Amino acid sequence: MPAILFYIFSALTLAAAIGLVANRNAVASALSFFVCLCGISVLFVMLDAHLLAFLLILVYAGAVVALFLFIIMLLDMHGGKRPPFKKMTIVASSIAGALLIFGAFSFFARGQFSTDELALAQAPAFFTDLKIYGAKLFTTYMLPVQLVGFLLLVGMLGVIVISKKHEEKEPGDRIQEPGDKP
Amino acid sequence: MNPFTATIWFKSFADWAENLPVRIHDWILGLLPAWPWLHWLTTALLAIVLILTFYGLFFAMITVTERKGLGRFQNRPGPNRTGPFGLIQPFADAVKAICKEDIVPAAADKVLHFIAPCATVFFGLLTLAIIPAGRHFTALNLDAGLLYFFAAGAASELAIFMAGWSSHNKYSLLSAMRALAQLISFELPLLLVTVPVVMVAGTLSLPGIIAQQGAWTLGGLVPAWNFFTPWGFFGFIVFFIAALAETNRCPFDLPEGESEIIAGHLTEYSGFKYALFFMGEYFGMLALSGLGVTLFFGGWNAPCEFLQFIPSYCWFTIKLFMMMFMFIWIRATLLRLRIDQLMRLAWKLLVPLALINLVVVAFWLRTGDWAGPLQLVRWAVAILLELVPFILIGRHMSKGLGPRKYKYAQ
Repeated sequence: MPAILFYIFSALTLAAAIGLVANRNAVASALSFFVCLCGISVLFVMLDAHLLAFLLILVYAGAVVALFLFIIMLLDMHGGKRPPFKKMTIVASSIAGALLIFGAFSFFARGQFSTDELALAQAPAFFTDLKIYGAKLFTTYMLPVQLVGFLLLVGMLGVIVISKKHEEKEPGDRIQEPGDKP
Repeated sequence: MNPFTATIWFKSFADWAENLPVRIHDWILGLLPAWPWLHWLTTALLAIVLILTFYGLFFAMITVTERKGLGRFQNRPGPNRTGPFGLIQPFADAVKAICKEDIVPAAADKVLHFIAPCATVFFGLLTLAIIPAGRHFTALNLDAGLLYFFAAGAASELAIFMAGWSSHNKYSLLSAMRALAQLISFELPLLLVTVPVVMVAGTLSLPGIIAQQGAWTLGGLVPAWNFFTPWGFFGFIVFFIAALAETNRCPFDLPEGESEIIAGHLTEYSGFKYALFFMGEYFGMLALSGLGVTLFFGGWNAPCEFLQFIPSYCWFTIKLFMMMFMFIWIRATLLRLRIDQLMRLAWKLLVPLALINLVVVAFWLRTGDWAGPLQLVRWAVAILLELVPFILIGRHMSKGLGPRKYKYAQ
């Protein structure tokens, strides 16, 4: 039974991923990205990694896809004819593709598929028990967490600075409150 | 019958009523052959049927309550023609909605236009599955239950977006943009304000959170619910305001602000799809009400110890109904906000208050062993820590805002 479910949801994930890349319509792409994420989170659930599955949906579907959609709507991208590729794009994408194929090849040729028993015994506990997960975040992985937090803070400050400048340029945009002095 | 045997009879009856759903479940399983996968499937199907019927009927009845209640608030009788007191009105409405013609705009994205109402109902039902509706009524019991709730609820904003975008209508698109901005903003205080409850309970699982509140103080009269602590009281108010906004209810029903943008994302919907949107919205409200009951009002626990003979699912239903009635009451009372007022409320008032609430609950947990007069100090400090920032931020936000002056009218 789990094997059948695995195949069904991997097929769904792959189909959605292809739809994400191949779709001409930006909104349909964003929504197939969401379906793709749902498929991946179902695969996580089947591995008993509930926390990872829910966080994936919460962060990506709740915030990232919503922001994508918001930006698509603001820019009013309705698909249509795409301009032809530039030379640089073709060179860069072929290099990236070659690297990807090389990586996949080296993984399949030399990678280890038989994990040792000890790692298998430890892995589920790490992902299923929330307390262990939280403790690891605040002990072993303290530095990465702090760094990411700092990065997010910098990003937030950048957003504030950009929007403040915008406000100063167009003073007429400020919304008048009923009590404001004219 | 002497009082002693009467008490025993009464207790056994209470037990019987409490365990009735389990008995029915066991009886149905007893009828089937003893194959494990069949039993697993039957249990899952029974849970699904139960969720659909319970919340479906609750939805139908709450629409009657809302229409009749709003009628009473506005000094008119409300629907009273269909059945006794107009109780069959929702079923008549359902038949009407099915019989209506379904009009899809020629320029609309047909697939998304169809998926949007289904997605609303689907995600609403997904969130309802995690709410424990009684001692033996937890359809889905997960360790990370609260995270599941928000993960499933996060997708509901996509449904509104799909509806608004696929209609290919300016008003619908405006509504979708408003809805996305509003839902993302209010999700933050909603999430932040549930963290204190998790900190106190030490678990993300909803039955665990209920078990932490399943005690009584002052001789079994006052329940140990989170609502009856300073942080719980303020937290619930923030939670309720954020829940109102998250379900697009008045006074935050900007996405379908009919005075400006016709009906928002619902403009191009008719017939049963419109009814599905309505249903999904109410399922979302029921889910958030259920979560509020679970987090702050002890879930299915009885309010007093001697009232425990009433089955737990009845208590949950009563609490859920009262939460829903609050939604209706506020709809009848308050006026709709403007979009900038709404955003200011979320980012300048609710988010800071939710963050301060975190500090207060840390203090509350740290001082858990203070006894005697120190207990009074603990309460006073916690209340002051909540109240002073609220007053300061509130005064700052309302600075310069006086009563409106009319130039040409008195």
